[in-house]
Amino acid sequence: MAKADFKVPELQEFIEVPLLEEGTMAHSHPFHSKPDFQEPLGYPGELVENWEEKAIEKMGDLLGKYRSFQVFLDSCVKCGACTDKCHYYLSTKDPKNMPVGRQDLLRKVYRRYFTLPGKYFPKLVGAVDLTKDVLDDWYSYFHQCSQCRRCSVFCPYGIDTAEISMAAREIMDSIGVGQKYCNEIIAKVYKIGNNLGLPGPALADTLEGLEEDVYDETGVEVKYPLDQKGADILVVTPSADFFAEPHVDGLIGYGKVFHEAGVSWTLSSKASEAANFGMFIGSYENMRRISLRIREAALELGVKRIVMGECGHAWRVAYSFLNTLAGPFDFLDPNYPVPQHILEFTYNEIQKGTLKLDKSANDDKVLTFHDSCNVARASRMGPKPGGQFEIPRAVIKAVCNNFVDMDADTIQEKSFCCGGGGGLLTDDLMELRVKGAQPRVTALKNAMDDSGVTHMAAVCAICKSQFTKVLPYYGLDMDQIVSVHQLVSEAIILTGQKSDEDEDGEDED
Amino acid sequence: MTVVFALLFYAASIVFVAGLGYRIYRFAKAPAPLKIPTTPAPVTEAGVVLRLFREVVFFESLFKATKWTWIFSWAFHMGLFLVLARHLRYFTDPVWTPVELIQFIGKYASIAMVVGLAGLWGRRFLVDRVRYISAPSDHLMLILLLLIGLSGMTMTFVAHTDIVLVKAFFRGLMTFHLNPLPADPFLIIHLLLVAILMIVFPFSKLLHAPGIFFSPTRNQVDNPREKRHVAAWARKLEET
Repeated sequence: MAKADFKVPELQEFIEVPLLEEGTMAHSHPFHSKPDFQEPLGYPGELVENWEEKAIEKMGDLLGKYRSFQVFLDSCVKCGACTDKCHYYLSTKDPKNMPVGRQDLLRKVYRRYFTLPGKYFPKLVGAVDLTKDVLDDWYSYFHQCSQCRRCSVFCPYGIDTAEISMAAREIMDSIGVGQKYCNEIIAKVYKIGNNLGLPGPALADTLEGLEEDVYDETGVEVKYPLDQKGADILVVTPSADFFAEPHVDGLIGYGKVFHEAGVSWTLSSKASEAANFGMFIGSYENMRRISLRIREAALELGVKRIVMGECGHAWRVAYSFLNTLAGPFDFLDPNYPVPQHILEFTYNEIQKGTLKLDKSANDDKVLTFHDSCNVARASRMGPKPGGQFEIPRAVIKAVCNNFVDMDADTIQEKSFCCGGGGGLLTDDLMELRVKGAQPRVTALKNAMDDSGVTHMAAVCAICKSQFTKVLPYYGLDMDQIVSVHQLVSEAIILTGQKSDEDEDGEDED
Repeated sequence: MTVVFALLFYAASIVFVAGLGYRIYRFAKAPAPLKIPTTPAPVTEAGVVLRLFREVVFFESLFKATKWTWIFSWAFHMGLFLVLARHLRYFTDPVWTPVELIQFIGKYASIAMVVGLAGLWGRRFLVDRVRYISAPSDHLMLILLLLIGLSGMTMTFVAHTDIVLVKAFFRGLMTFHLNPLPADPFLIIHLLLVAILMIVFPFSKLLHAPGIFFSPTRNQVDNPREKRHVAAWARKLEET
């Protein structure tokens, strides 16, 4: 079991709603950004002098720009429907981690400066001045929201705390209070092209290595092309897919699927990153700038289609925002949606029967599926609502014999976040991440005990990294989290593949 | 008394209509620059209308969230709806047939309304999480609504007031004529509180009523790949 300098919550039999305990997570906050990471994003390097005034001004600006922000701040009736829905509240008991508690940190300032009762009767409506203490609370608790939208499913007005925390982060950035993790990464994307700061040549090396690995294993020359002009499909995938485990096994799977489907594809060194942390910090401008790289890469390479790899928030930005931010994509083949998800592609190939699959290759596992928040509650796959739940499960079932869902209250639209989304996947928030995973891990553990589940598949780079890191804190094994395309990769029998007798016995599970 | 209440109701009506109108204008004017429906979401306009209908009439999301809050809240709102519809008889002459038809049930709907309110108020004390998020205004709003309901019920079930005169008073207001209002204590309390409610409405969380229709997570069609969705201020970024 991994060691922690904080108390790892004990897994209970059920996901219980605790009595609240004030201030348990007041100490939690991520490292502050530095001027070097602030300025490339268009933000002041450090706290500006008249920050109170500037923050209120920015709030006013956002109220006029985002209907969601205005409507959500005005509409809450404090009914309490959301109070037991956030994984961070359930695991930390801190009432400021209840969705409404979090929103109110900002709402009470909104009321003070933008509503009549707040101006004249602040105590009555719980309105407060924007002070340094309030700002510190904002910094702490708006970085304890993974923007997973679970609360928005249950709110009778559809209030989405993610929108509020995005706005709060945008306000804080605008006065020079940025978060290091997100802003450093965005600065890196602008400078090098991806979150990990992998330059083009390193990328080419990595991909060549993958080609060799796949050749050694299968005897088939599966290509992992980079910057190949004239390819049909541009694949944009989170950079973790290039080397992190289990992500890279997913990337190997994409290549095998494309190979068998007989389409030409390429990755791009310019758009070597599907992730778009501009969303986490609530910045339309940065999100747009990051998105435009994909457009430029598609134009330069002359591709006909864009396919996104397994990533949660990246799929949200791609599915829900890309066309708006970086469209129109009228230069691409109109017969395909822009963009497509790799799972939509693979699913279609399975339907067409182009893939030869041996389900028994995954017989050493009993799978369950973790619905990643942004895929489940902020996007779609396929033509029908809910396709984002059905398509991944259909693909898993097509490549595995053993599949069991977790408790119905913890999957699909009610899925519990991994605890590391929304720009919180950083070591300086380890306590929050471990605790936040508790509801999901509880459901997983129950599925293990009740149904013999051994592995949990995910379609999000953040989920995969997060679980790999936090499962050991709960006494589970980091290898229990797998990529969906890793399963596809295991099951697929490539045309001309050598029989796999020679690799029997070295199975690592 | 008559003059005071006549002026009060004119003022309350003006604040209510103008204030609410302004707030709705604010909601409508702010663009929704990105597609953010909570998915799975409808892929057609008709589907969105249906989703909002389920939300407004059945409180679908709240039902998913917590059954206790749902039952109290739904009883209160549906009771209120029938009670308000019943009150239309004070403003129409002849009384519309549907309003005639609900007179009887509307009478008892007030019980559902008051029980619902009491339940919702109880949660503000009994559930620690709801207690934590309740500001004084949240309690006051429930007290206000409860007193309106109870004073009204008193007149319906216990101490009747002269409703013919009440009707004449309000019909008179509609045509700018002053007709005497009965100086009945329950009526005075009832009307005073209603006027306060109307005045408070545009400045309070009662904005959830129009808010739901403007909520982007509920009112957007899930079609971002098919249609671009660029707000005016965002289009300016494209021009630079």
